[in-house]
Amino acid sequence: MRILLIEDDSDAAGFLARGLKEAGHVVDLARDGDSGAELAHVNEYDVLVIDRMLPGRDGLSIVEERRTANDPTPILILSALGQVDDRVKGLRSGGDDYLAKPYAFSELLARVEALARRPKPAQAETLYRVGDLELDRLSHTVSRAGQPIPLQPREFRLLEYLMRHAGQVVTRTMLLENVWDYHFDPQTNVIDVHVSRLRAKIDKEFDRQLLHTVRGAGYVIRDDAR
Amino acid sequence: MSFVTTLGKLFRTTAVKLTLVYLAVFTALLVGLILYISTTAGDLLDRQLRETIDAEIRGLSEQYRSSGLRGLVNAVERRSVAPGASLYLITDFAGNRIAGNIDSLEQSSLSTPDGEARPVQYTRLVGPDEEASKPRRALVRVFVLPGGFRLLVGRDMEERFEFRAIILQASQWALLAAIVLGLVSFLAVSRRVLKRIDAISEASNLIVAGDLESRLPMVGTGDEFDRLSGSLNAMLDRIEQLHDGLSRVSDNIAHDLKTPLTRLRMQAEVALSQADSEEALREALQATMEESQGLIRTFDALLMIARAEAGSARVTKVSVDLAQVALDVAELYEPVAEEAGVELTVDVPDDAIVQANRELVGQAIANLIDNAIKHGGNERESARVSVTLTPDPARVAVTVTDNGPGIPAEDRDRVTGRFVRLEASRTTPGSGLGLSLVEAIANVHKGRLELGDAGPGLKATLVFPRLGTQLPSER
Repeated sequence: MRILLIEDDSDAAGFLARGLKEAGHVVDLARDGDSGAELAHVNEYDVLVIDRMLPGRDGLSIVEERRTANDPTPILILSALGQVDDRVKGLRSGGDDYLAKPYAFSELLARVEALARRPKPAQAETLYRVGDLELDRLSHTVSRAGQPIPLQPREFRLLEYLMRHAGQVVTRTMLLENVWDYHFDPQTNVIDVHVSRLRAKIDKEFDRQLLHTVRGAGYVIRDDAR
Repeated sequence: MSFVTTLGKLFRTTAVKLTLVYLAVFTALLVGLILYISTTAGDLLDRQLRETIDAEIRGLSEQYRSSGLRGLVNAVERRSVAPGASLYLITDFAGNRIAGNIDSLEQSSLSTPDGEARPVQYTRLVGPDEEASKPRRALVRVFVLPGGFRLLVGRDMEERFEFRAIILQASQWALLAAIVLGLVSFLAVSRRVLKRIDAISEASNLIVAGDLESRLPMVGTGDEFDRLSGSLNAMLDRIEQLHDGLSRVSDNIAHDLKTPLTRLRMQAEVALSQADSEEALREALQATMEESQGLIRTFDALLMIARAEAGSARVTKVSVDLAQVALDVAELYEPVAEEAGVELTVDVPDDAIVQANRELVGQAIANLIDNAIKHGGNERESARVSVTLTPDPARVAVTVTDNGPGIPAEDRDRVTGRFVRLEASRTTPGSGLGLSLVEAIANVHKGRLELGDAGPGLKATLVFPRLGTQLPSER
């Protein structure tokens, strides 16, 4: 993937650029708002990662400029302002996701990859398939190897989100935000418990495990046998 | 303070400026009134004089027609001796006096009989024992009788001039008195006002200089200055409270964040000096990351509390169904409770719409449920946690109860302080920020957190006011 990173803090920028490159992406780095806006205008990227407070010009104004120019490139906003209202402002200005500092690199990488492969709403699939696990969004049913698996509504949404991002790492925070629509920190490892309950239902009686824990990052659903 | 500076200050005050404006307007009004009264009164008197003169001339010419010159002269002589301001004169065609009480007169006035009453100067005829009179002014009308005789009838005007002089003099005194009295009373009032303002600004200077405990003086009369001082004092109370909170937070940060930071550093140090395998290094790094995650979490909570306490103005609130939030959060925690062997029951009726920030309220309820799951239960039985919601027209209360050791009554005020952890909970993970965050969130929504005894256990109630209502004060 080709990623544009607009970040003025040189330590953070260097660290992020190296991490993203190691993960197999091509990274262009801009150190200020003006050159970042220029790069975003001239080149085509799969994802833009924009820091909110930049020298030269405000990160949000770049986001707005891209959206005014009908540029559909997904944008992840980075900011030290992490309160709910700040997030809302960032998302309203046209950002697709918002990550508050301090963040873990694994979180950023997971979000960037999720953004890049985000299916467009019109093309949203009705049937997800990972290995022999199937989720039908229309009939709200899940089955594995033809065997129906009854799920609670929330478990269904959890699995749906994981399967939509099959093969990508999904962090706990992403799950809390997208499945429960909460941006707060639930202190206890509540998400882990939900995931392990889901895993018990979809993996326990089968010989091949589909739902994996990625240490220090989150979860991924994938069929290793393929 | 010298008198001159006091005076200078006095003239800069709004009260004095207003006073001067009032005085000017008042004086202009008074002067106008006096002018109006004196001119209309003068006109009235003039008209009366002319009417009297006309009536007398009519009477006397009647007399002349009926009884001739003799009769007229008799009548005039009779009237002339009567006391009063009436003037009479009959002359022959040459202007020689035949009868009347006028001694001399401007010549011209007799030669122009035009039928109109005109003001003239005259001297009155005096008796032998009287002093020669000074020239006086009068309003006279000359009437030509058949045979060249002239009849003059008039009224002395001196009285009128005296009357006018008296009115003018009285008005001058009244005006002067009004101005002086006005100035004196306004000076006195504004001096008093100035004194109050001086007291207030002196006190605020003290406060600015750093004496945050001092307050503005209140006299107790309940006047506008007292009310002003009262609201400013309330503001100062709030500022002092925030200031105290701030210094408490910095103390707490210094104390409580240093501990995990030290731990972090020590872990890294030990790993660097002792870990000999990659596996050990990996584990040490993992521990370091977890520790820093905890630090970030604590910091986030602190920031959230500080923000919530800074005031509700900056927090977006929308109509939120508290029942739905409570259900969602309970559902989020349900597997955790199940895993911990905690029985979690939820009873939330509908109709619990309040103006709130869903994220913050969710966090508050989550903290309460989290606490209940962690600290509920006792040696004999596993924890039972219940989430209930009681809506009424004015408020919505979300109650989380457990059957744990509860919080002793004397500690209940204390536990909402930052980083406060009771001895019993020292061994469980947590930062001691949970309840203070809940309380801060309640405050943002103009609600409150009530801690009570569930007998046994803790009963924590979050009370939110409905739209447009205010919770009655508890204390």
